[in-house]
Parts: sequence; C-alpha cells; structure tokens
Amino acid sequence: MRVEWALRLKGVEYEYIEEDIYNKTPLLLELNPIHKKVPVFIHGEKVILESFIILEYIDETWKQFPILPRDPYDRAMARFWAKVAEEKVMMNAWRSICTQFEEEKEGYLKHAMESLEKIEEVLVQGKSKFFGGEKIGYLDIALGWMSYTVPVWEEVGSMKIVDPILFPSTAVWMENFRNHPVIKDKLPPRDETVVYCQRISKEIGARMAAARKG
Amino acid sequence: MADDLKVFRTWSSRFALRIIWALQLKGLEYETIFEDLSQKSPLLLQYNPTYKKVPVLVHNGKPISESLVILEYIEETWNQNPLLPEDPYERAKARFWAKFVDEKLLQSVIDVLVTEGKKQEEAVPRAKENLKYIEEELKGNKFFGGATIGFTDIALGWTAYWLPIIEEVTGIKLIDADKFPRISEWMQNFCDVPVIKANWPPYDKMVAKIQGTREKCLAPKGTD
Repeated sequence: MRVEWALRLKGVEYEYIEEDIYNKTPLLLELNPIHKKVPVFIHGEKVILESFIILEYIDETWKQFPILPRDPYDRAMARFWAKVAEEKVMMNAWRSICTQFEEEKEGYLKHAMESLEKIEEVLVQGKSKFFGGEKIGYLDIALGWMSYTVPVWEEVGSMKIVDPILFPSTAVWMENFRNHPVIKDKLPPRDETVVYCQRISKEIGARMAAARKG
Repeated sequence: MADDLKVFRTWSSRFALRIIWALQLKGLEYETIFEDLSQKSPLLLQYNPTYKKVPVLVHNGKPISESLVILEYIEETWNQNPLLPEDPYERAKARFWAKFVDEKLLQSVIDVLVTEGKKQEEAVPRAKENLKYIEEELKGNKFFGGATIGFTDIALGWTAYWLPIIEEVTGIKLIDADKFPRISEWMQNFCDVPVIKANWPPYDKMVAKIQGTREKCLAPKGTD
C-alpha cells in the first residue's frame, strides 16, 4: 500500500502485480530471495526492496510532491517514528490480537499503547491535519496502515486499540487519512479483510502457543 | 555558531560505534557521555524515552535515536566525506544491506553465541547463510562504499571486531578465509582504516563481556 500511495501522490504511473503471500510466485522469490516478501518495486531494471527504503528511493527519484520533509532533523524524526510504529505499535498490537493467552494479550496491548501515546503527542505538537503538515508525508504513509487495519483488528480481537478518548488526535488523523482522495479508493475491502484477518490471527496464535510449549 | 554535539554511548555498544566513526570520518567534534545501562542517567531517559537506549546523538540540544536514523541525519547535515552514494538506486542498496545487517545478520550471529548443542548446530548454518549474502554483495570491491568506507561498511563494521571474538568464545569458525575470501579481506581493510583502528573497545574487556553473555544465556533457568 505504502508504495502505491507514494506513487499516486507523485502522479507516477505503475503496474501492480498481486501476490498471495501464502503462495508466492517464482518471480517474487527470484526478485527477493533473502526476505521473500512484498513489496518489491521494479523501476526499469532496478529492483528495490523494503517499503521504507522504496519510499526513500521514490522520493529521491521523483521530486514532485516531496514526501519527506526538507529539514534533516524533521526527516530524522519522521524516520524514527516510522520505525517506532512498525516495531512497537504494529508488532505488539498484532500479537495482542493473535495470542491465545489473556495475560499476553494485555501485555502486548499495553506495549502498543505506550508507543501510541508518544505518536499521539507528535500529532498534538505538530498541530496539523497530517504528520506531514497540511499534506500527507512520509510518516502518514508509514502509519497509514493503521487507518484501515486497526478497525479490522479491533473487530477481530474484540478490543479497542486506538480508543478515541485516549487518542483523540490519532483517531481524527485516521479518519482524515482514510478520506484523502489518493487513499480513499485504494483501501482493501473491509469484510474480506476481517475474514482474512480472523483466519491468519488464529493460525499465528496457534503457532505462538506451540512455540511457548517448545 | 559552533555545533554542539553530544553522543550518549556505552564502552561496548556496537551501534554507538557507528556514530563515533561517522562523526570522526566527517571531522566533527563532539562530547562523549558514557552510560551505565543498569543505571541510566536522567538525561538519557529524557532524550530517548521511547527506547531508553544508546546511542543518542544530541545536536544543539535536539536528540536523535536509532543508529541508522542518526547516520542518515549526520549525512544530511554535514556534506563533507559523504557516506552514501549520490545515485538513488545505489543509496537504496546501501540502506537495504544496512537493514539486513541489523534485522537478519546480527540476530543469527547472536544465536550462535548464546546456544549450544543441537540449537547451536542449527544456528551456525543460518549465520553462515547470512554471511554468504554479504560475501556475494562485496563483489570484489575494497569496501561497500567503493574505495572508501561508506554507510553499509559502517553498519557492518562491528563484525570485523565482534566475529573473531565470538569465534574465540564459542570455538566455532564462522569466517573461514577459504569460504569467505571477500569478507576476510574486507575485515582486514576495514580494520586498517585509521578512524576504525583508533576506536575499538578494549579487547580483553570485550572478550570477558561476550564470554559473560554466553554463560549467562546458557545458565540453567531458575538458578541465581
């Protein structure tokens, strides 16, 4: 998603190849033998991997509609919070949904929320519609998964992750992001995502339980 | 106005070493604050409340954490002696390999250090597979950065010092010069760079620390 959003914001045309990550094509495995993951971005003959690295490549190659800020310190903050969101919010929130054990659920959620508090603070201090200011930027794109994935996880896990009472700015940001013209018609269909997520979270939960025993 | 630069580090942190190298390669002056991670200073906790870790770079009072983020900041703020190439594709590759070091290589090497028996037997080929990717990527260049060291060399740099120590402590050879001729030569060239040579932590102290880490991880659970 991130790569597509960035390309669309910059008005760059591209071809999209759908992969089933549970049934990877030989082409994907050839392009990304080390991680065997999506996204893979191909520009001419160049193959670029890892979504944050692709975002930087796109920003450096197509100068219109810059997504990273200009100031080095602001850029550092954007990169830092993107990392925090990936490692501390996404991983912990997802584990909280998947785990079969109640005390683990609470623990993971608590860790996710600790970092959500910090991200909420960044938004509050920024005083603008998006992390990038009045326009969407790198950090919005990096966190954008939250805008449509968190409501799905909340439904699947029957739990509140981004409670609008605790995280009012983040909740509003999610709404604004979802409604942005470039984002809006590219969101995955919610019902299908819920069903998919229910299945995957059960599988991963079972794996987590097995790992605990072993 | 002169830049006020502070680096929060520990004597043994491989991540902090990256920052020291980058600052010295660019000829920048800075103050070093050594932390004891068992008793973190209020300043460190104030500057890095999210991760509470080193390294932290503080530039004119503004803190930046996470070593690769700090490296990019240093690169963008001071243009002399560039660490990243100019071409966006080459930059993407440099970043990819730096990330690979942190996300795959590092853990696979630690797994060899902190295990024994069957678990270690399984960990060794994983570490070697990751090293093989690095070996292939070196492609006969002196450094990843070309003739001089760059971003990826700095990210990978700890291996030149830590891997031989881990080999000594575990008795397992990871970098066989026959199987990894390019990495072996890279390690030699890297260690010859004056800024690198001048900053390694004390050897015996590091051996003792790594030995201690291994013993602690292998100690039977439930004993003090």
